[in-house]
Amino acid sequence: MRALFRKEKMWQRHKLKPRYDVVVIGAGVHGLSIAYYLAKNHNITNVAVLDKVYLGGGNSGRNTAIIRANYMTVEGVHFYSESLKLYEELSKELNFNLLFSQIGHLSLAHTDSAVNGLWRRAEVNKALGVNSRVIWPDEIKRLVPALDTSDRPRYPVKAALYHAPGGVIRHDAVVWGYARGVERHGGEVHPRTEVITIDVKDHQVTGVRTDKGEVIRADCVVNATSGWCTTVSKMVGVDLPVVTHPLQACVTEPLKPFLDKVVVSANLHVYVYQTDRGELVMGSEIDPYSSYSQGSTLETLESIVAHALELFPGLRHVRVLRQWGGLCDMTPDYSPILGEVDGLKGFVLDVGWGTYGFKAGPVSGKRIAELIATKRTPDVIRPFRLSRFREDRLVSEKGAAAVSH
Amino acid sequence: MGFLLECPNCGKRDVYEFRFGGEAHKRPRVNSSSEEWMKYVYMRENVAGVQQEWWFHRLGCHKWFLAIRDTRDNSVSI
Ligand SMILES: Cc1cc2nc3c(=O)[nH]c(=O)nc-3n(C[C@H](O)[C@H](O)[C@H](O)COP(=O)(O)OP(=O)(O)OC[C@H]3O[C@@H](n4cnc5c(N)ncnc54)[C@H](O)[C@@H]3O)c2cc1C
Ligand SMILES: [Zn+2]
Repeated sequence: MRALFRKEKMWQRHKLKPRYDVVVIGAGVHGLSIAYYLAKNHNITNVAVLDKVYLGGGNSGRNTAIIRANYMTVEGVHFYSESLKLYEELSKELNFNLLFSQIGHLSLAHTDSAVNGLWRRAEVNKALGVNSRVIWPDEIKRLVPALDTSDRPRYPVKAALYHAPGGVIRHDAVVWGYARGVERHGGEVHPRTEVITIDVKDHQVTGVRTDKGEVIRADCVVNATSGWCTTVSKMVGVDLPVVTHPLQACVTEPLKPFLDKVVVSANLHVYVYQTDRGELVMGSEIDPYSSYSQGSTLETLESIVAHALELFPGLRHVRVLRQWGGLCDMTPDYSPILGEVDGLKGFVLDVGWGTYGFKAGPVSGKRIAELIATKRTPDVIRPFRLSRFREDRLVSEKGAAAVSH
Repeated sequence: MGFLLECPNCGKRDVYEFRFGGEAHKRPRVNSSSEEWMKYVYMRENVAGVQQEWWFHRLGCHKWFLAIRDTRDNSVSI
């Protein structure tokens, strides 16, 4: 039996080499997908992905794995829909079942202004070819019979944005699949290897040093450390417009299948879906203060549960099994920070993923790899450059990303 | 992780009574360069360690005050 399931190791233990072409700091979905596409698409295989804990020990192993493309800005919709398309092919690409279930995604509105926001998103989405439309309580009720669409709640459901291709994926599998892909193409993953210094000479990155005293040469170093990205950027004196906030989620005991849509309510600060195993996954907004502590709080649990019961009063007797938190790198406009930094060669940013970055792993990995290989910034990531804050060209996705990660 | 904060008027209270006002940093002079204003508006120290920060006693006396907190474990020293 054992032989049937464990034929191979997904990644090996390596000794660090003295030199790599590219060192990626952070082995979440972003760091790993960069290394994967560097090898796969550009034949750059002398690459190491370093992580201070285990693979996926950051947010890539803690998120609620919702994938969608129905954002608000033109830049955002282009970017996230490229990622959704890559995710649709990713199980085949990695030859690893990622259990991607495109069950459909509903963003509820309970106020007139929220309904207006949905209209705007639907129109931007449709114009750019994303399947997305506003639907009304009768259709919502048909799609989600357990949802309370009556006028009993304090804020009755008025409308929803229905995004049929949205869904959920097995996040751990995505991390493992990319890690295995990196190693199969000749790259290396190094868990439990913390970067503590980045060396710079004449405005050019030259390498990194680890907590075990290793000195590694590399002319290209990528910061893919989400909630910790400020601490890594500080090593080279690059300021970031990032504040680290915890984000929490929880999961209940398994129930019989009754819910096959992702249901999000920005007005009620809550989202709910049911996994293939029957558990309900529920989440919320970021904690109301910055912190590097991943612990969870009773206040957030109470808020999630109370609001989930407004939507699904039938869940009153269901028990919560687990609650956890991750550290989110929040930016002022709820968009990421991607690409090179003015005045410092060889330092590449893939950060600012806040509460919404899991769905973007494939596109940013592919495009950052292209940037490193060709030294040209691909159009689809150009709007997300760090200098947009100086140029006053923010890409505001707050309306589409604050609760529905 | 939750914690207690000490309001100068009301004493120790649960953090959820307060609104977080972000890290304390100095406002540039009016005629500062746009670079300095950009940094003031957007860039953050975001330290993993001890920082001075603003809090507002939302569900209490409505005072804005400064506190010192270690962002790694939320221990408050003032
Ligand atoms: C509760 C929760 C729910 C979420 N839900 C969703 C969702 O439904 N959909 C969605 O799209 N997104 C969601 N997100 C956001 C998403 O999880 C993240 O944006 C995404 O996983 C970021 O991936 P990453 O690879 O950039 O970072 P991470 O996966 O966090 O990886 C960064 C890694 O860097 C490592 N590191 C840090 N400093 C160093 C150092 N000095 N040296 C070496 N390694 C270092 C860390 O150990 C970590 O493993 C959620 C997040 C949370 C917390
Ligand atoms: Zn007070």
